[in-house]
Amino acid sequence: MSGRIGMPSPWLLLGPMLVVVLAAVGYPVVTTIWLAFTDTRLMAGPGSAHWIGLENFAYVFTDADFLAAAGRTVYFTLVSVSAEALLGIAVALLLNQEFHGRTFCRALLVLPWALPTIVNALMWRLVYQPDFGVLNAVLSQTGLIGSYRSWLGVESSAMNAVILADVWKNYPLVALIVLAALQSAPAELYGAATLDGANAWHRFRVVTWPIIAPPLLVALVLRSIEALKVFDIFYVMTHGGPASATKTMSFFVYEESFRFMRVGSGASYALIVVLICMVFVGVYVRLLKRQEAS
Amino acid sequence: MAALGAMSSASAETLNALFMAQAAYSDSDVKAMTAAFEKDNPGVTVNLEFVPYEALYDKIVASKAAGGAGYDVVLYDVIWPAAFAQNNVLVDVTDRLKGLDRSQIFDGAWATVDYDGKTYGMPWILDTKYLFYNTEMLKKAGIAAPPKTWEELAKDAKIIKDKGIVQYPIVWSWSQAEAVICDYVTIAAAYGGKFFDDGKPAFDKGGSLDALKYMVQTLKDGVSNPNSKEYLEEDVRKVFSAGDAAFALNWTYMYGKANDPAESKVVGKVGVEPAPGVEGKTAASAVNGSMALGITAGSSKVDLAWKYIAYLTSKPVQDKYAQLSLPIWKASYTDPAVTKGQEPLVQSADVAIGLMTPRPMVASYQELSTILQTQIQNALAGKATPEDALAAAAKDAARIR
Repeated sequence: MSGRIGMPSPWLLLGPMLVVVLAAVGYPVVTTIWLAFTDTRLMAGPGSAHWIGLENFAYVFTDADFLAAAGRTVYFTLVSVSAEALLGIAVALLLNQEFHGRTFCRALLVLPWALPTIVNALMWRLVYQPDFGVLNAVLSQTGLIGSYRSWLGVESSAMNAVILADVWKNYPLVALIVLAALQSAPAELYGAATLDGANAWHRFRVVTWPIIAPPLLVALVLRSIEALKVFDIFYVMTHGGPASATKTMSFFVYEESFRFMRVGSGASYALIVVLICMVFVGVYVRLLKRQEAS
Repeated sequence: MAALGAMSSASAETLNALFMAQAAYSDSDVKAMTAAFEKDNPGVTVNLEFVPYEALYDKIVASKAAGGAGYDVVLYDVIWPAAFAQNNVLVDVTDRLKGLDRSQIFDGAWATVDYDGKTYGMPWILDTKYLFYNTEMLKKAGIAAPPKTWEELAKDAKIIKDKGIVQYPIVWSWSQAEAVICDYVTIAAAYGGKFFDDGKPAFDKGGSLDALKYMVQTLKDGVSNPNSKEYLEEDVRKVFSAGDAAFALNWTYMYGKANDPAESKVVGKVGVEPAPGVEGKTAASAVNGSMALGITAGSSKVDLAWKYIAYLTSKPVQDKYAQLSLPIWKASYTDPAVTKGQEPLVQSADVAIGLMTPRPMVASYQELSTILQTQIQNALAGKATPEDALAAAAKDAARIR
């Protein structure tokens, strides 16, 4: 009885939190949506803006450069996230084995992921440096390439070079999440499977996979969203070049909003990026549901 | 209480200033100048922020959009006053300059701060790109004098390459950035090219087209370092200073740095000339790469900010730090204390500063530049012919909203 009397309503308890969330998330979202339908200029301020309806969006879809950037971003996302998934699972399985120095290796695994993106990007720029970069040194000393090459200055290799840098930094997140799931797997399951005569691949498919799949999907959702809105690593490593070969969607949002000062149309590009992210998330959520149902 | 408050704010004031962390004056130079200013003005503190050139514009624009209360003093480039003036980013200081005889300072420097009859700050860095060369390599190749025309440069480079002195004789900053525009404008100026004609894009014909053709040809001939396509000015400096290039196009600051034993393997072998010309058209060429200091419209300490700018741009301060950036003051160039040790540079400056070609003074410059950067890179990458690339750029530029 006494617990009920004077018990504040749940809304009252949630109130302060809701205010913070609305201010921190709601306001920018609403403002961005509003901006996308106006011709606001960055330095002129919101007072000078006019409502122009769908004009910005009409422009986005006729802009061949933006469509090319969208294609590039999707390529970046698919390749880097699948590479991160494969590498992450492999490394997690390895680190789940008993061996000497396992703790040290696990600590080492976190290192790339803990680096700030900017630091990682600068580091890889040095690795790829065409005149004295370590990659050229290693490849030419092992005889794999004849002479030093430019990796970030050539269209055919720039995107993949950045992908490699991104994978190196981000696969540990996938590995950590998968490793945590593996640790929770009861050893008896493996014992039983072995007794039933299952080989390694069967054991992985029947026992391991169902355990790691749900957390893996969560990791992939996180990584995909990050990859679709990727900006900083390209800003530092290539600045969108050479010949726009690494210009991503977010680079367009940045250019439109802050270089050309058209925040209105920049916001419409940003919304498109959000929509594409939502499509990806939708696909993952369906996969996850199917996984749970089976 | 109120009086006390006023007193304390008068004796302890803070300025926020935004500078660049590359080329011209070094970070430590700016810090030393500022420390001397603070010493002369007890109670004044100047917070310095250094960002790469590529982030300078974004920072100024973002701080203006956020209400402009961020920086008091900002360093800005010669290509931005039009956009800044139209958007009320900087304080108009025309009246503050009334007592100054403008002819003491080079016209090219004033071009950095003047827009539409008003002045938006004080020029601080007077800069253009010079042709640097490795004297030892030229001697080895039997080349008696540095090239006077771009054609000669390509020919000399071929000789050096064929003799196996260095694999790629010329190095440039042709990355997808403003840097490539500066090189392009320098060469285009030599060929007599124009950016606009009657308000319409004209960089797809005449001398401007010849300039891009020249750039592409030197890559095809293997005399230009192909990595130039990913280089900024600092990369050019490092390659030249490592002794991996016979020729380089770069700003003033490279002369001092390439002659600094801590940074360079080519000390004492650094030659410098104005950028070449084109036979029958020009004797030399130059781009206006000057920069200036301005006060942001949102600053509440305009007087103090102006005092700081006046100090940094004063002749004695500029003379003292002339090693990486030559002064804006004409009188400095005959002062032995300034010219000592960099006589060849000052001699080249005598020619180049008078020739400095401006990049177009339009409010949408950033967009125009981005369009050109992309298309120039398309041509350099061999994705398009110079004709097609510049025609596409002209088409895009005509569409700028």
